[in-house]
Amino acid sequence: MLCDICGKNPATVHLTEIIDEQMNELHLCEECARHKSAAMEQQFGLSELLAGMADFEKHSNKEEEPVTVKCPACGLTYADFKKVGRLGCGNCYEVFRKYLAPLLKRIHGSSQHIGKNPSSSKIAVKPSLKKKTGLAELKSQLQKAVANEAFEEAARLRDQIKEWEAREQKKDKE
Amino acid sequence: MQIEDLINHTSEWLKGTGPHSDVVISSRIRLARNLNKFPFPHWASKVQLNAILDKCSQAMGKVDLLKDATLFVLADLDSIDKQFLVERHLMSIEHTQKTEQKAVLVNNEENIAVMVNEEDHLRIQLMQSGFNLFEAWEIINTIDDALAKLLDYAYLDDFGYLTACPTNTGTGMRGSVMLHLPALVMSRQIERVLAAIAKLSFTTRGLYGEGTQASGNFFQISNQVSLGHSETEIIENINGLIRQIIEQESQAREIMLTKSREILEDRINRSLGILKSARIITSQETIELLSMVRLGSDLGMVKDIDRRTINELFIITQPAHLQKLEHNKLSSDQRDLKRAALIRKKLNLTNT
Repeated sequence: MLCDICGKNPATVHLTEIIDEQMNELHLCEECARHKSAAMEQQFGLSELLAGMADFEKHSNKEEEPVTVKCPACGLTYADFKKVGRLGCGNCYEVFRKYLAPLLKRIHGSSQHIGKNPSSSKIAVKPSLKKKTGLAELKSQLQKAVANEAFEEAARLRDQIKEWEAREQKKDKE
Repeated sequence: MQIEDLINHTSEWLKGTGPHSDVVISSRIRLARNLNKFPFPHWASKVQLNAILDKCSQAMGKVDLLKDATLFVLADLDSIDKQFLVERHLMSIEHTQKTEQKAVLVNNEENIAVMVNEEDHLRIQLMQSGFNLFEAWEIINTIDDALAKLLDYAYLDDFGYLTACPTNTGTGMRGSVMLHLPALVMSRQIERVLAAIAKLSFTTRGLYGEGTQASGNFFQISNQVSLGHSETEIIENINGLIRQIIEQESQAREIMLTKSREILEDRINRSLGILKSARIITSQETIELLSMVRLGSDLGMVKDIDRRTINELFIITQPAHLQKLEHNKLSSDQRDLKRAALIRKKLNLTNT
């Protein structure tokens, strides 16, 4: 396979972009890939990149502009976040949850924390946390299955997660 | 402890020991933590930043592992002192800017450093010599547990530890391994290796972390993803990758030894010759030549200079270190002279 840009050298770098569930593949030779990444680095600092991602989430959600949403604890607006690429305080994560969850997913491939927590340092794990961990464990298994391209396994896990979340929601309403 | 006390001391992570220390210089873990109900540093007022610094330094004073540590308040330090701490990998370049209400806590062994009011309220760092991330994790985890009992961390069950930048959210953890890969660079395989690393969502940086170029064949590799995997999973992932890179570097060294031993010996000995006799030398040239000497020491071609001396030279030949040793501000030209003199002294000492 030849490079998509120069059409001369063999393509050894393969990029996959997914935008609005549209998959776009780029096959580049090392030299063109280097030029491309150097050009991108020049254009974007991290904050612009994050801000760009935040912007993208807005369009894909087709929801009203979140820029005026303001964190009551620290006064940071979503527009501020887009500008500086930094949140204002811990409470911002609650206030902007709807926009941050997809952003975190794009950055990390997940928006569900798995790992230690401050309360595990203080006391034995609370039962409610254990339940969360069970769900988190399923989500982690799902990610692994997807990474290994074990799609049947992934589908099974996805259904389990859906069931689990439905159960949780039902319980919350009761 | 004073800044001056650090100069004649070799940091724990420079010992040149530990697993795979022929390829791996050091292993580092850092955790980003923030206090609940306080704005992140960039968004906080002076009063709030002071309160954060107070709370954090009080809590750190009560943690066993940090009992012997010293808190350096950055506003009290001059620019050479600040640069000096960066050169010792005890804090970031970012931490030297707008220094009001910023501080860094350093223990006597210099393997623990905690930055206060950098991008996050707390940046806890642990450095180990050699390939040793799990040991670093065990120690830093103990410190973090102790601090969590004293401080109210910003944390949510689903997003994990909350950080100023969403790229650190979740575990707030970054594991980095500093590698010395001269054979992969010389055999022109490094580009391919770095491309593979980037594809696996790991980052490669230079000697001094974020925004620095790789120089002297040193590469710092760390995880990008901090959310959705547990701390031990993240470390396992980095370890898996590092093991492969170590393997490739070792193979490349092996091939060079069998196929072009004379050329390699020539380059290494020329490098050593220049270092032992130069009268003027820049820090960039120093790093490049020391890199070759270090390779020579790893391969048993350079026998009379130990790894610790070489590691130490990488640090003490840096600009701020030279100026601290001379107790004087030096221009770039003056530094190049002093640097050459210092290297000659150190290398010819171990030679006799």
